Amino acid sequence: MTFVAKPRVHHPLLPTNEIGLTRRDYEGLVSTLCAGCGHDSVSAAIVQACAELAIPPHLFAKVSGIGCSSKTPSYFLGNSHGFNSVHGRMPSVATGANLANRELYCIGVSGDGDSASIGIGQFAHIVRRRINMLYIVDNNGTYGLTKGQFSATNDKGSTSKKGVPNLYEPIDLVSMALQIGASFVARSFSGDKTQLVPLIKAGLLHRGFAFIDVISPCVAFNNHNGSTKSYDYLRTRGASVVTADFIAAGEEITADYAPGEVETVHMPDGSQLRLRKLDTSYDPHNRAHALEHVLEAQQEGEVVTGLLYVDPDASDCHEILDTVETPLNALGEEELCPGSDALERINASFR
Amino acid sequence: MTTYNDFVIRFANVNGSGSASANGMFAKALFRMGVPIATRNIFPSNIEGLPTWFEVRVSEDRHHGRREGVDLMVAMNAETYAEDVASVVPGGYLLYDNSKGLDRRLFRADITEIGIPIAKLILPEFPDPKQRKLFKNIVYLGALSALINIDFEVITGMVSTQYRGKDELIAPNIHALEIGRGYAREYLDCPLPIQLRRTSGLGDSIMIDGNAAAALGAIYGGATICAWYPITPSTSMAEAFEKHAGQLRTETDTGQRKFAVLQAEDELSAIGIVIGAGWNGARAFTATSGPGLSLMSEFLGLAYFAEIPAVLFDIQRAGPSTGMPTRTQQGDVLLAAYASHGDTKHPLMFPSTPRECFEFAADALDLADRLQTPVIVLSDLEIGMNDNLSEPLTWDDDRRYDRGKVLSREDLDAIEDFGRYVDVDGDGIGYRTLPGAHPTKGAFFTRGTSRDAYARYTEAPEAYTENMDRLLVKWRTAASLVPAPEISGHGHRAGIVFYGSTAMPMGEALERLADDGVQLDAMRIRGFPFSQEVTEFLYRHEFVFLVEQNRDAQMKTLLVNETGVDAAKIVPVLYYGGMSISADIIQESVLDHYEKMRLPRLWAVGRGTRGGTPAMQTVIGRGTPGEDSVA
Repeated sequence: MTFVAKPRVHHPLLPTNEIGLTRRDYEGLVSTLCAGCGHDSVSAAIVQACAELAIPPHLFAKVSGIGCSSKTPSYFLGNSHGFNSVHGRMPSVATGANLANRELYCIGVSGDGDSASIGIGQFAHIVRRRINMLYIVDNNGTYGLTKGQFSATNDKGSTSKKGVPNLYEPIDLVSMALQIGASFVARSFSGDKTQLVPLIKAGLLHRGFAFIDVISPCVAFNNHNGSTKSYDYLRTRGASVVTADFIAAGEEITADYAPGEVETVHMPDGSQLRLRKLDTSYDPHNRAHALEHVLEAQQEGEVVTGLLYVDPDASDCHEILDTVETPLNALGEEELCPGSDALERINASFR
Repeated sequence: MTTYNDFVIRFANVNGSGSASANGMFAKALFRMGVPIATRNIFPSNIEGLPTWFEVRVSEDRHHGRREGVDLMVAMNAETYAEDVASVVPGGYLLYDNSKGLDRRLFRADITEIGIPIAKLILPEFPDPKQRKLFKNIVYLGALSALINIDFEVITGMVSTQYRGKDELIAPNIHALEIGRGYAREYLDCPLPIQLRRTSGLGDSIMIDGNAAAALGAIYGGATICAWYPITPSTSMAEAFEKHAGQLRTETDTGQRKFAVLQAEDELSAIGIVIGAGWNGARAFTATSGPGLSLMSEFLGLAYFAEIPAVLFDIQRAGPSTGMPTRTQQGDVLLAAYASHGDTKHPLMFPSTPRECFEFAADALDLADRLQTPVIVLSDLEIGMNDNLSEPLTWDDDRRYDRGKVLSREDLDAIEDFGRYVDVDGDGIGYRTLPGAHPTKGAFFTRGTSRDAYARYTEAPEAYTENMDRLLVKWRTAASLVPAPEISGHGHRAGIVFYGSTAMPMGEALERLADDGVQLDAMRIRGFPFSQEVTEFLYRHEFVFLVEQNRDAQMKTLLVNETGVDAAKIVPVLYYGGMSISADIIQESVLDHYEKMRLPRLWAVGRGTRGGTPAMQTVIGRGTPGEDSVA
């Protein structure tokens, strides 16, 4: 692996966002992943989304597990703290980080090996806990760093580069997230930035647990004919049900939609998410319906993408625990230590 | 001959029968009479139906370790009757329910039977079978009040406070107490020659278990996040934290809480949450026991290498594997010291009393922040789950939390160059920044992979080695910050070393050994890495006994490994049966060694315990004090 420094000087004509920063201020180190890796597109989409939201970069906290996907937090938001933890355990680290400071925007990046195999327990439980974060899985169906073993999200019958079929049933993280209570569930494709960027923006502003499963082809080990996670397969079999257009707070609404086709979801910060249903019968607020649709499409060999489910009124873990508004990491002795008088009363209760 | 405040009483019950509440009242009544006691719950890993024992050691001399033998057995469990009868010391007493005939073959001529027809007495008084089961326990408590002189008003007063709010239960409980007391006074010789008397010696002492004390210490020490997974015997610590924090850290106007407790899905997640919180600048801890510590090992290595504060309480139980989940042991010492792969080691703290559990909990939070590493507090079931006499907990209101080297936004503005792992001060500890601290400075990437002083990924041998060596510098800093050993006695040729709950019987054991002509310097280890004082104590003595509660002499391994002391100098005294180690075991083991090695008993010339005659003498055979006395 090499460390390549990016030029520090920005192009003078680079557009700036509302807080005067350019896209470059949201970038990280140069990626060391393979050329053409879907994960780099996801990182680029994160950079674009964060820059467009005009959130100061240092207010993000990036967490990841182990694997190609988990390396990517180095490649975006270089002015944010990041934590590359242990394999499959990012959800617990994210939970602790979020409990400590509820004001940061937490982005977790994981992979299919990291979240669907070794970390499936932690994935399930962070969904249950409703940690306020955006959780992205760069899903390529393969173990890249160890050279191409099948992962648990690989479809049964999908073949390896050498033509050997996968014998086991796949785990679908989207269905799982829907089933155990995620309040924002989306699936996208790393090659579809137009779809992915608004989803990332919406996921970041969603209060509660936002999950995006991004099919992100592995050009080295899982992009051949016979793979169901290849660019070609996704381009032919991907089907979007609901696309989301993100409209920042105060932004003029210019897009013109046919009546009845668009639904507006109001985000906590005043921004709006405009959902365009490509299939008018689809209801993105009905968990059971969403789950049914995902499973049916899966049977047909289709990959459903878009914003599959959203509950704009969801609560997060801090609301469940009823913690104070001040971040717990900002409380000092005054707020935390009950003092010697209280201790005397406690002593008395033990007599 | 009547003796006062000096006996062991044991209650043999069936778990789930309501005995815990009656037995707890018994202990509390003695405490409120000013009688020094230590309690031990010997319970099964089960909810209902298996044997359980509750033992109280009454000792005006404040001997609170376990003592072998039972002076008064309250045998309420037919299933364990034979072993319960057998455990009574000659001359002791057996209280039992003689409503039904019992197997006469079990009776012993050398003990006094005290039969009370408890079931028969209760039958006409309480129609409800459930009540009868519960009140059996209260009846024997009433009988004991007469037999050993428990102040009756203290007990009845306690019934009234215990059932405040459920007032309908007060009268029947008091009635059951009176049934037992009345029977004893009418039909039995009361009081027995072993009995209680009020003392004023307890002062402002409290009765508390180590887990509750540790939980309070965590609250006082500023922990805001507790992540845990239920496992005996640590569960009560997390529960106590939640209970007390709920009372002490809830805002009165909003009802919002200045803490968060998460019951995680497993121990891996629990320690992950703690580490995530520590990375993000909140004080966090987890409480677990052996199996949990095994699971947490990978994460502990990450926190060691990435240098993240974390506090872990290991309330040890008997291993290996599931072992004896409700029995005590000190079997996690080596695992805790070196948990995780690669060259990893962690500072340890060894509390011996509930008060130390309180103090070490708060200190561990400071130490973890100062050292930017996981700190493990090794308590055990004996200290953690048993109510014991303790000095009151104290807190200095001027104390400020030591948050260690954390750079604020202002600090970052003032410095030119920030490198997370640069050893600026030469103590091996770098400066860290918290997420969100500064818009443009101080951000870095935390990772378990190798990095240089500026937190940049590298596999360069020099950078890796430099970092690992800096961690050793930090390790030496840690040795000066963990609690110092407590050393007593001076100038004897032999020493005795112990730690944690093994301290409980040690005072008594040392007194007895002194009577036997064996005088030892004593050292209680309280922290790891070992300070110079620990090493010097080992080197200063010709040999030292090392008393611990595990099979493999784990602390010996640690001492030999870390201090380089000659292993042959350390004589292990081991007990690992799951009850806590007793003074009897320590005394016997030490004397056996003297006998086997044909060592002279009085080392220190002129320090003879009897008559003060300067002499040295080799005693062969386990002598009584009379035989030991110098010629």
